Formats: sequence, C-alpha cells, structure tokens
Amino acid sequence: MVSRLREIALTLHSPRRWLGLGVAMLAVLALPALNRFTPAGSALHVADHLVPLGGKFLCYALVAMAMDLVWGFTGVLSLGHAVFFALGGYAMGMYLMRSIGTAGVYRSELPDFMVFLDWKELPWYWHGFQHFGFAAAMVFLVPGLLAYVFGFFAFRSRIRGVYFSIITQALTYALMLLMFRNDTGFGGNNGLTDFKTLLGHPLAEQGTKQALYVVSAIALLLSYLLCRFVVTSKLGRVLLALRDAESRVMFCGYSPFHYKLFVWTLSAMLCGLAGALYVPQVGIINPSELQPSASIEIAIWCAVGGRGTLIGGILGALLVNGWKSWLTAAYPDLWLYFLGVLFVSVTLFLPNGILGALSWRKRSAVLALAEAREAEDKHEPSQPLPRQA
Amino acid sequence: MRVATFILVVSLLGAAAGICRRAAADTGELSQLLQKLGSDDRDELQTAIEALGARSEPAALRALIALRDGKLRVDATGRVLYVVSSSAGEELREVTSDHAIGAANGSDRSTAEQASPLRLRTPLVNNSLRRVLTPAIAESQLRSSDVAVRKDAADALSKQADETLAPVLHKALKRETDAGVRTLLQLAVAQIDFSSSEPARRIAAIHVMQTTADVTFKAQLAALLEKSSDGSFREPSADVRKAASSAVATIESQELLTRVVRDLFYGLSLGSVLLLAALGLAITFGLLRVINMAHGEMLMLGAYCAYVAQTLFQKFLPNAIEYYLVLAVPLAFAVCMLVGVILERAVIRFLYGRPLETLLATWGISLMLIQTVRLLFGAQNVNVSNPSWLSGGVTVMTGVVVPYNRIATIVFAIAIVLFIAYMLNFTRLGLQVRAITQNRGMAACMGIATGKIDTLAFGLGSAIAGLGGVALSQIGNVGPELGQLYIVDSFMVVVVGGVGKIAGSVVAALGLGAVNKLLEPLAGAVLGKILVLCFVVLFIQRRPQGLFALKGRAAAEG
Repeated sequence: MVSRLREIALTLHSPRRWLGLGVAMLAVLALPALNRFTPAGSALHVADHLVPLGGKFLCYALVAMAMDLVWGFTGVLSLGHAVFFALGGYAMGMYLMRSIGTAGVYRSELPDFMVFLDWKELPWYWHGFQHFGFAAAMVFLVPGLLAYVFGFFAFRSRIRGVYFSIITQALTYALMLLMFRNDTGFGGNNGLTDFKTLLGHPLAEQGTKQALYVVSAIALLLSYLLCRFVVTSKLGRVLLALRDAESRVMFCGYSPFHYKLFVWTLSAMLCGLAGALYVPQVGIINPSELQPSASIEIAIWCAVGGRGTLIGGILGALLVNGWKSWLTAAYPDLWLYFLGVLFVSVTLFLPNGILGALSWRKRSAVLALAEAREAEDKHEPSQPLPRQA
Repeated sequence: MRVATFILVVSLLGAAAGICRRAAADTGELSQLLQKLGSDDRDELQTAIEALGARSEPAALRALIALRDGKLRVDATGRVLYVVSSSAGEELREVTSDHAIGAANGSDRSTAEQASPLRLRTPLVNNSLRRVLTPAIAESQLRSSDVAVRKDAADALSKQADETLAPVLHKALKRETDAGVRTLLQLAVAQIDFSSSEPARRIAAIHVMQTTADVTFKAQLAALLEKSSDGSFREPSADVRKAASSAVATIESQELLTRVVRDLFYGLSLGSVLLLAALGLAITFGLLRVINMAHGEMLMLGAYCAYVAQTLFQKFLPNAIEYYLVLAVPLAFAVCMLVGVILERAVIRFLYGRPLETLLATWGISLMLIQTVRLLFGAQNVNVSNPSWLSGGVTVMTGVVVPYNRIATIVFAIAIVLFIAYMLNFTRLGLQVRAITQNRGMAACMGIATGKIDTLAFGLGSAIAGLGGVALSQIGNVGPELGQLYIVDSFMVVVVGGVGKIAGSVVAALGLGAVNKLLEPLAGAVLGKILVLCFVVLFIQRRPQGLFALKGRAAAEG
C-alpha cells in the first residue's frame, strides 16, 4: 500500500518537487500561525485582517488553477468560470443564511431578505440547505451539473475557440441578470450576507478565520494534487493533444467530446469548492461576482502566472490580487490602467506567463510544442476559425 | 355698359355696407352682453352668460373663462376688464376690445388711476352661476371657428362630462363637421350616457367606447362586469354586460396590437444600433479572425463624441446647437477610426493567429478606454439631448407614438448598411477585404498588401461602431460603461448572423432587437434577455456557422 502510494506520488512529482511543494505549503500556513502564536506587538505578528484576505486569495488561486486545467491544458478558454465560483458560493451562502435561524434582524425563521420581500415560506430550492452535508454536496453538484449540461451541448456541437468563449460570457451575463432579480430568491442585488456562524463557530472570531484559511490551503493543495494527477495521466496527454491539434486527435480515433466534458465539469466543481470557501471568509456573496469582468480576470491570473503549469495559475492569482489590494487602496484611479496594461503586456510580451519566462531555458516539451504551434499559426494567420484546428 | 357697371358697383357697395352694418350690430350686441357681465343682478348676469355661450367670438369665450377663473374685474364706471397674467406681471385688458388698460398693480400712474385696483370689483361666481357658466364656456368653445379650439374643448369634455352638458353636446354634434372633433364629442356623449338609467343608452355608450378601443375606458367597462359583495352583478342588465364584455375584449386586443407594434418598433431601433455595433465586429472577425472586446468601447467613444460636439456647439455656436450632430457624425467616425487604427497597429497586429490572447488583450484595452473616459468626463452619465428636430414623434396608430429619434436611428443604420454593402461589393478596398477573408495566403500572393488592408478594415469597423455610438446617444444613456452593456448583445448578433456576412448581421441584429423587446413585456426585461441567450446557445447547436452559412468549399474549410 505504502509503496503504491509512493509510486503514484512519484508520477506526480520528483522528490525535489515534493520538497518544494512542502516548503511552499509551510510558507502558506505560516501566515495564520504567525497571526495566532505571536504577540500583537511583535515584529513577526501578522495583522488580523490579513488572515481572511489571504484566505480569499487562496480561493482565487484555486479558481485560477481550475481555469488553467481547461484553458492551459485543454485549450478551452472559459469566460464564465465565475459562474461556477458564484454558484458554489451561493450554495454555501444558503447554508449560512439558514444557520442564522431566528437571530436575524426580523427574528424570523426565514432569511431577512425574504421577510423584507414579504414572502411567507421558503422557496422549494431552499429546503435542505439547513444541513451542512446537503449544502456541501450542492457546492459540487450545482456547478458540476450546470457545467455538464452546458458543456454537453457546447462540446457536442463542437463549439470551439472564441465562439465558446463568447457563449460562456453570455452564460455568466445571463446568470448575473437572473441573480440581480429579487424574484429569483437569492437576495437580488444585495445577495446573501450577515452570516453569523459556520457549524456553530461564530464567523467573526479570529479562530474561525484562521481555521477557514487552513481549510482553504488544504483544499488548494488537494485540488492541486488532483489536477496534477489528471494532467500527468494518459487522459492529461489527450487533453494536451486536444489543445494543440484537435483534428489530429480525432483522426487518431479519440472523441474529444468526453475528454473535454470531463475536464470542464471537474474544473467547474473545483470552482464551486473555491466559491464555498470564499463566502464565509468574505462574508457576502452577491451578483457582482458574476460580472463578465470577474470571469475575464480569472483568465488573466492564469495568463500572468503561465498557462499549462497549474502552479502558474496559483502564482498569478496571488500576484494579481496582491497588486489589486494594494493599488485599489493606494491609487484607485490607476488600478484599471494597471489591469489593462497587464492584459496587453502579458499577451504581447509574456505569452507563457512569469513561469514561462523563468523557465525559458529548460522549457518543458509541452510548452515547446505550444510555441512551435504558435509559430506555425503566425505563418498561417488565415487559419479558418471558429474551427481552429 | 356703364350703367350696368354703375349698378353693380352700387349694389356691391350696398351689400358691403349691409355686411358692415350687420357686423357692427353684432359687435354692438356682443359688447352689450359683455357689459352685462358686470351687472349686479344675478338674473341679468345669468342670461348674459347663456347668450354669450351661444356666440362664437373669441371675446365672449375670453370673458367667460375669465369669469370662471376669477380674473374678471369691473371698475367704478361699469367697464368690464380682465386680468392677463404673464411673466412680466399682471395686466388689465378691456374685454370687448382686448386693449391693454394698464398693469394691474399699476406702475403707470395715469392708467393706474383710471383703473385703480382699489376701485375694481370682482364678480363673484356662486354654484348656481357655475352651473350655467360651465356649459356656456363649453358651448362657446365648441362654436369656435378654430378647429384646434373645438378639438381641445371636445377632448376635455370627453374625459369629464356631466348631465348638464348633454344638450350642448347634442347641439354641437349636429353642426360639427370635423371628424376628429365629432369622435371626441361622441365620446363625451357616451360618457354621459354611460351613467344613464336607461339600458339602451348605456349600450349605445358602450358601443361608442368600443369603436374607439381606447385603453382609458377599460377599467370603467370592466367595473360593469364585476360582482358586488352580495354576489349580484353591479350592472343589472344582461345586455349591457354582454356589450361591455365584448367592448373590453376589443379594447384588450387593441391594447395587444398597439403593444406589439410599439415593441416591434422599439426593437427595430435597438436592433439598428446593435447592427451598427455588430457590422464592425463582423468585418473584423471575418477578416482577422480576432474578437475585439474593445469594440463596445468604440460605441461608447462615439456617444461621447456626440457629447463633445454638443458641448463645443454650446460654447462657440449656441445659435446652431440644433445642428451639433452634423459635427458629431464625422467626429465620431474620425476619432473611432483613429483609435481603431492605433489599436490594430500597436497591439492586435502582433496577435494574429492567437484569437484567445487577442480577446484578453482587447479586453485590457477596453478597461483602459473606460477608465480614460471616466477620468476625462466623470463616472456619471452625461447628458446628450436630442436636437429639437429629433424630439417629438408621429402617431402611427392610436396609442403608438413613434419618436423621431428612433426613426432617425433606423434611417441612419440603413444608410450605413447600404454604404458598407456598396463598399464591400463595388470598391477596390471591398474586393481586397473579401479576398483576404476567403484566403489570406492566396490574396497576399496576388499582391494585396494584407497588413494595410487589415489596418484599414479594422479602423473602418471601429468607425462604424462609433457612428452607432452617435445613434445610441440619441436614444439611450451615455456613460463610461455603455459599451459593456451592448458588447454581449453584439457578439450574439455576430454569432447568430455568422462571421463576416452583412446580410446575416442585418437579419440577426434586427431579429434579436425585436425579440428582446417583444419578450420584455411577456417575461420581464431580465428573463427576456435570458431567454434570448438560451435561444442563441440552442441556435448554435443547429447552425454553428450562423444564419447564412457558406456553402461548398469555403464551408468545408471553415
């Protein structure tokens, strides 16, 4: 058993890489530890508000990694990943709303916004969310199901390239409009907020925040290992092949449909998990998470870090969001310029992201292939799209 | 001969004199009646009012209205005056001649002495007098020789008429010749008959209401069909109820029709803006195979060009403000073309063959454009007003007023589509664009400077979107986020219409615009949009190449 695990572990990473991963994990966990175990005046002390902020970034990192799985490895650019993130968040938010109980402003069993809208009873889709287990299952099932149905139709009719991106953008736009409505029953414009407790622990307590941070870090690690397992497996090889030459894969007898659908649904479920961890740390989920711009930002995290690396997405999410936190506070007018320049310069000058630039010399065979393909594309820019071969 | 002429002249003179004398007598009688308005005697006053009501002269009407509104004054000599209020203050005028006597609060000493406010008396109007006065005014208005006055009066009466006015209305109906006024008068009669105690009159009234099919009567008619608390119908007669229910049905179907016509029209005008946005997208996507996410911002820039043109005119040519659009259109074209060309040369050129990256880069550019506009013009919406020749509208049918600005938008879009179609099909540039769209490599081999054409076409596509922005500024709000609102819709147009095909874009844009607006009242604005998006996703399942798919070899290559 142990030797089998060791075998699997070594297919994922070399021992040196495992060591690096362990060090990185320790560094990530140092933040809540320094917050908890050092006295407030100490030079090493981490301020209280940085713990949920860091936890939030870890959730973003998880989303970016899920995006990398479909974009970096399969070549499917989704402009609607925020949908799955928000759906996971809403599922968790519904549990948190129900666990408020009668402690709300109106002292009613119903969530406050329903009382405000003069609703007499819970809509049917709110039932069951008082149980954590049910809500936790929904965190995966709802985004997974939506992704499955959407992907089923999209991949079956072989919608690819920019067409797919545009359709996913329309999806997030439609869902945003839907969630903005009060009648939809998810709090409309204000979303779900004023959460009190999670599994009996008050969310306002620093201990809960630290625990959530640790849970997010573990979730990120496990998801990373899962994604790593997928991309290093034979299935992962097919995904890369699909990204680089879909038609050739088809001629070899593979059906892209099942591969794409699988990885697309998996990615959506990971986003759902990230959303569910995000909501209790931020304390609110509302339709602004569904804005088309939110989804596109996820793509740029990936691009900044470096696509097709998994780690790149994580790195990009942490970096870009770190800049965002600092810039929006220091120079609020400049943030959009910065983001815009980032979009343009990364695509123009860093096509393989930061990781790609760093590992320029020992570039993996995978990336070399992608480069070669891009070079080929440059010579043949008239490649007919949307069926980008 | 001379004799005959003489006789003719004499008789003509005589006739003229007779007319004059008659007219003089009439005026005399009128002024006598008007003088009587100053009388203390209630009976005399009442007969004067009734007699004045039977006359059509403006002076009579003027006096009666002044009396009703408490604006009539009588001075010590018994002269009847009335007060005219204007922004300059109040002014006293002689009722008969309509000559100004002086300011009511007198700045001019001599006139103020003549008609000092202290010595003026205001005749009091009590309820019994008002009962006479209201029909008298109505009658006088309905006798006016001016159709507009009659129409206004009839319109007011058709909304609010009571039993006392019935004889006036019947008399007026008999002599009325103008069809529009007649309809209104009939409605007024119907209003009175509606509450009559005879079922036959009520039915007749309902029929009149039915023929107008005016929505305003719906509630009134529907009330007849309701039951009161004890379970019996409010309206005792079954025939009346039958007539009422058929009238309600007529009104409802009319309502539906007007709504559909109006929504279709609004949809068309929305569609024509979408069309202008999508045309540029379709050209650039067809030609360069890149999605320009900053395309919506060209729309926004165009709208802001209209705003800038308006501001410039306000500042330097306030007299010609009506014509600021004359500057706005070329300005938007030039600015957006320039931005488009810079965009293509500086960024997009390097990303050909990498459509997904282009999408991200252009999104970044759109963020920068939005932020720039926000810093220059503020985050709030700016006010771009319609020039007066675009405000107002034409009534195409009852209840459907089509605003001129929407008509102008549609006409503008048609003109541009024709221009683009001409350009693509009959000019050298168009030929080259089509060649590159079909086969870039072969076109380059034939000596077409593909890079130059790419830049030109990209600039042109942006410029068309800019023109769309000018059109949009006339029918919608102008703010920094304007482009974001339309970009998803215009992508849908490109997806449905197919890439690089004008006919497809036209049909898809107008279709989506109309479907959007038609679904709005049925499912609400948001659900309508969601339904449209679902429809588009399903549509692509069937026709991944868009409405007008290429056939033959081109399709196989795509």
